[in-house]
Amino acid sequence: MRFIVCVKQVPDTTEVKIDPETNTLVREGVPSILNPFDQFALEEAIKIKKEGDEIIVISMGPPQAKKALLKCLALGADSAILLTDKVFAGADTWATAFTLTQCIKKIGAFDIVFCGLQAIDGDTAQVGPEIAAQLGIPQITYVESIEKLEGKKLEAKAQSDDGYKIVETKLPALITGITPSSFEPTNPPMMSIMKANKKPFQTWDANELGGDPNNYGLNGSLTQVIKIYSPPAREKGVVIQDEPKAAVEKLLDLLTKDKVI
Amino acid sequence: MIRVDREKCTGCAMCVKACPFRAVTIVDKVAVINEQCTLCGACTQSCNFEAITIERKKVENVDLSRFKDVWVVAELKDDKIRKVSFELLGKAKALADELNQEICVVLIGKNVKKFLNDFSVKGAKKIYVAEHESLKDYYTETFSSIIIGLISKFNPNIVLFPATITGRDLAPRVASTLDLGLTADCTGLSIKDGLLLQTRPAFGGNIMADIICPTARPQMATVRPNVFEVSDKIYEGKAEIIETPVSIDLQGAKVKIKEILNAEACEDEIPVCEADIIVSGGRGLGCQENFELLEGLADVLNAAVGASRAAVDLGWIAKSHQVGQSGTTVSPKIYFACGISGTIQHLVGMKSSDIIIAINKDPEAPIFNVADYGIVGDLTEIVPLLTEALKNKLAMDNS
Repeated sequence: MRFIVCVKQVPDTTEVKIDPETNTLVREGVPSILNPFDQFALEEAIKIKKEGDEIIVISMGPPQAKKALLKCLALGADSAILLTDKVFAGADTWATAFTLTQCIKKIGAFDIVFCGLQAIDGDTAQVGPEIAAQLGIPQITYVESIEKLEGKKLEAKAQSDDGYKIVETKLPALITGITPSSFEPTNPPMMSIMKANKKPFQTWDANELGGDPNNYGLNGSLTQVIKIYSPPAREKGVVIQDEPKAAVEKLLDLLTKDKVI
Repeated sequence: MIRVDREKCTGCAMCVKACPFRAVTIVDKVAVINEQCTLCGACTQSCNFEAITIERKKVENVDLSRFKDVWVVAELKDDKIRKVSFELLGKAKALADELNQEICVVLIGKNVKKFLNDFSVKGAKKIYVAEHESLKDYYTETFSSIIIGLISKFNPNIVLFPATITGRDLAPRVASTLDLGLTADCTGLSIKDGLLLQTRPAFGGNIMADIICPTARPQMATVRPNVFEVSDKIYEGKAEIIETPVSIDLQGAKVKIKEILNAEACEDEIPVCEADIIVSGGRGLGCQENFELLEGLADVLNAAVGASRAAVDLGWIAKSHQVGQSGTTVSPKIYFACGISGTIQHLVGMKSSDIIIAINKDPEAPIFNVADYGIVGDLTEIVPLLTEALKNKLAMDNS
């Protein structure tokens, strides 16, 4: 079987700080990491991979995104393709899905496309289903675990609004999610990192992908971000340190005074 | 444009089963598309021989004024309307009034016609209904096909979906098939220069972005539950009902739901995404039994019980209660964080709450940086005292 895993290099949003003076985002010194949700998707692909199966990781991003793909190779992917071109810049979810879809079509036959539930910078969760729609294949989103993979059928446990559902799909299909069991992504051992450099790595640009050039990047984006700003900062509140009974009384007084209750 | 390649078509009739609109028939072993076709694309996806193709052109340089009305895609839970559907309806009404257009509801499911009046009195002017036995369960394929068909036929200006798990599965499928823009998880919607101005948090809630979609119609967004108020206003007059006859045969579908495992769903349990007040617990509870303390407090306040990831991972409570980056993002009026230290992943999911009250034994816990009120101390002592005190106060207020 051939698995394609779509990944993104993202700024580590958990390291982002807000400048208290200007209330703006401090981007300096924020490390770029492999989106944790994508790493979990890759780890799931590695888990179900059998002898003879192949895992290809693909990513759209600037040349530096190679680092994220190398990490995927070190974790166990077989080959990687970086989609990088100036015209890809400024892509919204539709244009991103278009670019990744072009790449998947060019790769050819595949069985499962894996995407992380969402990227921790944008949090949209839209690119996965948009790729599935453009490829015209079934999708299962919010997958927590793959239960069965037999013949050309996959069975997954997916989260729903009211609990879970066990869903079966014919392949090829796209799945998103694989909610992490731990939010600490594992780091590959040194030996694997060294081996990763020897695995097949390709870089494709818009020419290579073909298709209507007007569909890439900012030109292909239907949505436009017109303004970015910081949300109003939360003011530090009252912290009560007292005997339990007195503390509860104080809290209740404050809540009553401030008309919270 | 839809085309059937006569060479590739084998007459297998998978497309006939897949079409929700009875638009495909087999004539002389070849699929024939009739005028019922809405270009929803269900047939192209069902075809194993790539015999049916649809050519779509991006909606560009066309007269955008022919796209009218603000649509809300309603969502149901079991046999009820999800609260978020009414929240969206209230917001849609405000947007539609400003545009001098009307609000319409898309209602899909089994036995859903009984809900028509519920939407009518909330100001819906038109309700597009698709009712069918096989629409009991949500399937991406069937629901998206129907909505794609309706959008293609009736040309709305704006379409809003709830940013629930279902909505976040459905909306991108519809948008991408129709080559439309889509903004995820909006927390603000308004009209600016005739366009829908969509505001959403990004970067783990550290920034806000204002987004527009100037050239494509409809403008589409998913909207976070519990952000907009449900309007109390009751409207006179009946909505116009537009029935969409559908025929659905799940036999031929590529996806099958084999089992539905709903959470221990007590009838009266309030889901965290819909609650006005949430009482959440984390690792600091120390043991599963201490969740009972939180349930006591939640009962008094008619609140939902939430949890941090740590508490869920420890198996103390079901995942449906989890608040945070890999759980549910909530914005209740009051959020109690009990024994939750406040990791960034948790804060992302709850820091837009109106009021945050934290109880933690560690005065340095990051949760106190976002809390409006905090008590440093042992929650097993404080929570019961607080429950008792609130119970007395509420009893007094009511008498």
